[in-house]
Amino acid sequence: MTVYILCFVLFLVGLYGVFTRRNLIKIVISKSIMEFSIFLLLVLIGYIDTGLAPIVNPESPDQVYVDPLPQAMVLTAIVISLAVTAMLMATSIRLYRKYKTFDIREIKNLRA
Amino acid sequence: MGFRGPGHPAAFANKLTQSNMELTISIILGFMIIGAIYAIHARDLLSAVVAMGIVGYGLVVCFLLLKAPDLAIVQIVVETITLVIMVAVVLDSTREELKISLDRRAIVQVIAGLIVFAGLFYFFTLAIENLDPLGIHTMRMSETYVNGAVEKTGSINLVTGVLFDFRAYDTLGEAVILYIAALGVLTLLRIKGKK
Amino acid sequence: MIVKKVTPLLAGLIFLFGVYIVLHGHLTPGGGFAGGAIIAGAFILLILAYGSSALNLRKEVAGSSNTESVALLMVCILAIMGLLFGAKVFFFNFLPKGTPGELLSAGFIPLYNIFIGIEVAGAILTIFLALVIFKEESSK
Repeated sequence: MTVYILCFVLFLVGLYGVFTRRNLIKIVISKSIMEFSIFLLLVLIGYIDTGLAPIVNPESPDQVYVDPLPQAMVLTAIVISLAVTAMLMATSIRLYRKYKTFDIREIKNLRA
Repeated sequence: MGFRGPGHPAAFANKLTQSNMELTISIILGFMIIGAIYAIHARDLLSAVVAMGIVGYGLVVCFLLLKAPDLAIVQIVVETITLVIMVAVVLDSTREELKISLDRRAIVQVIAGLIVFAGLFYFFTLAIENLDPLGIHTMRMSETYVNGAVEKTGSINLVTGVLFDFRAYDTLGEAVILYIAALGVLTLLRIKGKK
Repeated sequence: MIVKKVTPLLAGLIFLFGVYIVLHGHLTPGGGFAGGAIIAGAFILLILAYGSSALNLRKEVAGSSNTESVALLMVCILAIMGLLFGAKVFFFNFLPKGTPGELLSAGFIPLYNIFIGIEVAGAILTIFLALVIFKEESSK
């Protein structure tokens, strides 16, 4: 149970970063940290103690395998997280070229 | 020509019992939390990006311990690519102005934030009460996928069989999301041609 | 100087490793997404080593985005072919499944792995090339 609570603590650290930081790059880093904690929580739920990695050995039919369903979900989620991070980085480069700063309060005030 | 994959550690007895696995992952998670807290409070942006690498590569070690080699490969390559992109962006300006103001509004906001976090924590402990401890999993939903998977799909990699045969729609959606992201980046970073 | 001589050899090996992981996606851990990302990594290594001024990058980004679009179109065509043969269900696995454990088994999963691998490699390469072109052409 402590592992799940530590995962949630990592999620709260990321949430704190998204709320209180003013720099765009720090916001992207904190969002990425939140996503990592959720990936770990999903894979932890599907772990079985004496199970092997989910590659079936056709010769021993009675082997217990680790649950493959959360792993498939997390595989999709990792690729989606890469796509969103790439879009956020492109947006922040554009904002930096236009306003010469990464600070979100200055960008809100400048309004070129 | 038959091919027997090298991924069958059949003679490898599982030496990490439940309490050992929980302790190991808790220690690695502790390192990840320390790295995350440093990444948020770092003054230099380049140090923050490198500290995000700690969290990412610690996650790779956790995936390898939890017997998910497919995820470990994807996570390590994606984390490296993300770090390269972020360092390429950050190398223009590596300074953060930190304005520390301890007036009354800030203290009220911090206390309100702590109350919200305590409430979220309480609801989380309520939610995980019915979870089995680490290592025991009833696999109620996965029985229908795993039971006849080798005969129905023909592939001995269960994760690939689930992703590409039973759940092929989700894979198509994910490919389309990557395509839209590439299209969006191309549109955002367009330089007007010479007139 | 050393980097420019060693990098093509390394990038070739990494590309071959990525193709191996894509092709054996139904036998060993890996599959389309992991292999595609590794193939993109090989090309990114080449770009990082030679610098952005040594290549004609506008042609490269046109090539990579065209490749990615064609691969996504082939995935959709394969899915619709499952609609025409067999049980009138989208994504029906219509090729014969051999004995599990061989390289040519598991219906159309190897074909899917190949096309999705090409698509993922093209997408990641397009994102990276767009960034490099933007940084280079706006600092002239």
